[in-house]
Amino acid sequence: MSTQQQEENNQYLTFNLNGEVFAVGVNKVREVLDFSEVTRIPQTPTYMRGVINLRGSVIPVIDMRSKFGMAAVAETVNTCIIIVEVVMDNETTVLGALVDSVQEVLDIEADQIEPPPRIGSRMNSDFLHGMGKQDENFVMILNIDKVFSSAELTLVQQLDSSE
Amino acid sequence: MSDSPQQAFKEEAYELLSELESALLELEEQPDNMEIIGQIFRAMHTIKGSGAMFGFSAIAEFTHEVETVYDLVRNGDLTVGKPLVDLSLQARDHILTLLDSNAVVEDVDIQRGTELVKQFQAMIPTQFNAGQGGDMATAESGTTVESSITAESQTYRIRFIPSAEILKNGTRIVSLLDELAELGSCRTIAHKVRVPVLDEIDPEQCYVSWDILLTSNCDQAEILDVFIFVEDECELNISVIDTGCDGDEQQRRLGDILVERGDITQDEIDSVLAKSKRIGDMLVEANLVSRDRIESALVEQHEVRQIEERRQKKSPIASSLRVPAERLDELVNLVGEMVTVQSRLSQTAAMRGDSELQSIAEEVERLTEELRDSTLSIRMLPIGSTFSKFKRLVRDIASDLHKEVDFQTFGAETELDKTVIEQLGDPLVHIIRNSMDHGIEMPDERVAAGKPRQGTVYLSAEQSGDSVVIEIRDDGKGLSSAAIRQKAITKGLISSDDTLAEHEIYQLIFVPGFSTAEKITGLSGRGVGMDVVKRAIEGLRGTIQLNSELGVGTSVQLRIPLTLAIIESLLVTIDNSNFVLPLNAVEECIELSKSDIAAAHGRCLAKVRGQLIPYIPLRNTFEITSEAPDIQQIVITNINGQQLGFVVDNVIGEHQTVIKSLGPVYRDVHSVSGATILGDGNIALILDLVHLAQQATEHS
Repeated sequence: MSTQQQEENNQYLTFNLNGEVFAVGVNKVREVLDFSEVTRIPQTPTYMRGVINLRGSVIPVIDMRSKFGMAAVAETVNTCIIIVEVVMDNETTVLGALVDSVQEVLDIEADQIEPPPRIGSRMNSDFLHGMGKQDENFVMILNIDKVFSSAELTLVQQLDSSE
Repeated sequence: MSDSPQQAFKEEAYELLSELESALLELEEQPDNMEIIGQIFRAMHTIKGSGAMFGFSAIAEFTHEVETVYDLVRNGDLTVGKPLVDLSLQARDHILTLLDSNAVVEDVDIQRGTELVKQFQAMIPTQFNAGQGGDMATAESGTTVESSITAESQTYRIRFIPSAEILKNGTRIVSLLDELAELGSCRTIAHKVRVPVLDEIDPEQCYVSWDILLTSNCDQAEILDVFIFVEDECELNISVIDTGCDGDEQQRRLGDILVERGDITQDEIDSVLAKSKRIGDMLVEANLVSRDRIESALVEQHEVRQIEERRQKKSPIASSLRVPAERLDELVNLVGEMVTVQSRLSQTAAMRGDSELQSIAEEVERLTEELRDSTLSIRMLPIGSTFSKFKRLVRDIASDLHKEVDFQTFGAETELDKTVIEQLGDPLVHIIRNSMDHGIEMPDERVAAGKPRQGTVYLSAEQSGDSVVIEIRDDGKGLSSAAIRQKAITKGLISSDDTLAEHEIYQLIFVPGFSTAEKITGLSGRGVGMDVVKRAIEGLRGTIQLNSELGVGTSVQLRIPLTLAIIESLLVTIDNSNFVLPLNAVEECIELSKSDIAAAHGRCLAKVRGQLIPYIPLRNTFEITSEAPDIQQIVITNINGQQLGFVVDNVIGEHQTVIKSLGPVYRDVHSVSGATILGDGNIALILDLVHLAQQATEHS
């Protein structure tokens, strides 16, 4: 579903993580929040930062740096939480993604997107929808449903879990 | 979708079918209870009638055949026995199948239906066989009038006030009245007060209401049957005004009639009557009758009135509404929001120190609490509705297993949240199956063990504080802790040199993949049952406890919180994080100073009034590394009958907690069962005490 929608809609929100530029389809993004205090849930992996109160709803926040194995840094004024809608187990769930900074909304035509490289990428290529080009730089377009798929989240869970 | 008449019919039919089932099971116990037979008949009749109306013709036709048999039963021409009840239960299941198949009837079902109909027809004694079946539209009212010879003739006053909209859905009031007239001698008085002047008349509106005096030998239920399809669209009041049983009953006085009809109040009459002499006094004065004759007549009058009053009290017409569950859920959510806002208001008011604002906040708090309680109580249903389902289950399983089992239920009126009741169904089925399969012995075994042939399974529900305790108890062979232990060792769940207390051994039953049955039966023994049960109960924030005595029986106790949405809790903090503990588990709070910890030499035990209570330092459990305050607090709780302390930094106080789910992302987190939003917008996490306690036991 997401691929199809992304093809119809060529707009992407780009954000910065550890100096690299990532993008996510705007149809997946609900809003962007400034960083606020995140309530940590005990006994969870570090990339699961905790939960925030979004106008009366409790929303989980995932630390993208930690999720992609990048070094942790202190929050800055630019640190943002991108609220995205992802499909988990055929159910739409709202999640927050903690990123270094949000950049802009880009138009990338479908024919400008190259398939993700199989080799040489530090990241699980399943997470990538493709590589887009912005001027001379590459933008890694994320398949956000895959990144937050329940298997991805629970796998790490089980390793940490005491049972 | 739920608004379509077909959907409405289905919903109604499901309800009727479950009613039918419980009535049939009751009937088996008391085969000559006319009231139950009437109930069965009416349920069938309604299913048939509305089934035909909404295009479920297969259901209507089939039900008609069943109804025919029950008509004979009702008239005393056929006696109820086990074969009839068995057959009727099968018929009930068949109707359910037809209903589920959405009016698309498959050949198998048709065959099954014809088979059942044949069996039913075989039950009808030959003299009644002619002329039955087929002609369903006219069969009903005709037969009932002629056949009920034994009933006494009575006069009913039927006040029928149709709603203004009644004509719009095609109801023909004339035919209703005609149908009434068929029941007996009938006098109809129309009230035309509400009819407006010609210019204002909307021809599609009904302005007239009726008082109908019906003298007939039918019973009230039959009159209700006439109105069965317009029940929701009219105000219907049926009362007996003349029992007809004693011939020389005093004629009713005009005043009484007016009062009964509600046209004038008793006080108004009394004030008028006080001015005149009573008729008895006047008669005595005129020397027509003696004083004692008058006295006796008055006694008789009083008596008749009392009988009538008693009868009226016996059949109060409960008024209730049918509301879609989603609307209630929405309401509960709104109340939840309201509770959150209210706590914010209280907090702000307390901070401002404005006494006027504070008193308003207190008022709002009181109202919110009442609003919350009454909203949550709307969702409460008596648990008895599921009990009847289990009666059937026990009956079926008992005959499958060739065991003799008596099923007894207590506390069917205990109320629980609707969603909780729904989710309790499957776990209870598992437990009852287990009791019957593994618990209750074969009849011969029982006799050999000196027990009655018939085993008993008890199912009871009882409210205790803000939770409900459900117990399933059997008088079967009980659990052999040695056998469980052995089994656990062979399954590798424990090692042979583990020493376990009795209750710890019983806990092993809830471990996935555990099953003690030597042979696997179709019912249970696959070892999937009990861990599923446990998970379901924990999902309801409930606890499960198992007790057993070898040779005497087993009891499983479920403790379920009353509602899922809002709980009373204790708010605490640990290192700037807020946590809440369900208040029903909390017993007391005591201080824990650094010197206490030093004196305990690393053991987590607190001395409370001479008793040692183990505690869990949550800072360690949650891996919080910052320095603990000099004086911490131990919240002492009672979990499954065991006292356990939880060490926190600070106890803030009681808090109304609106439970918010953490969603699928955190579904594998067990130590926290949810979150709640505090008055200041911060989030507090709801601790799952049972799980934390388990975790601590596993680690030690």
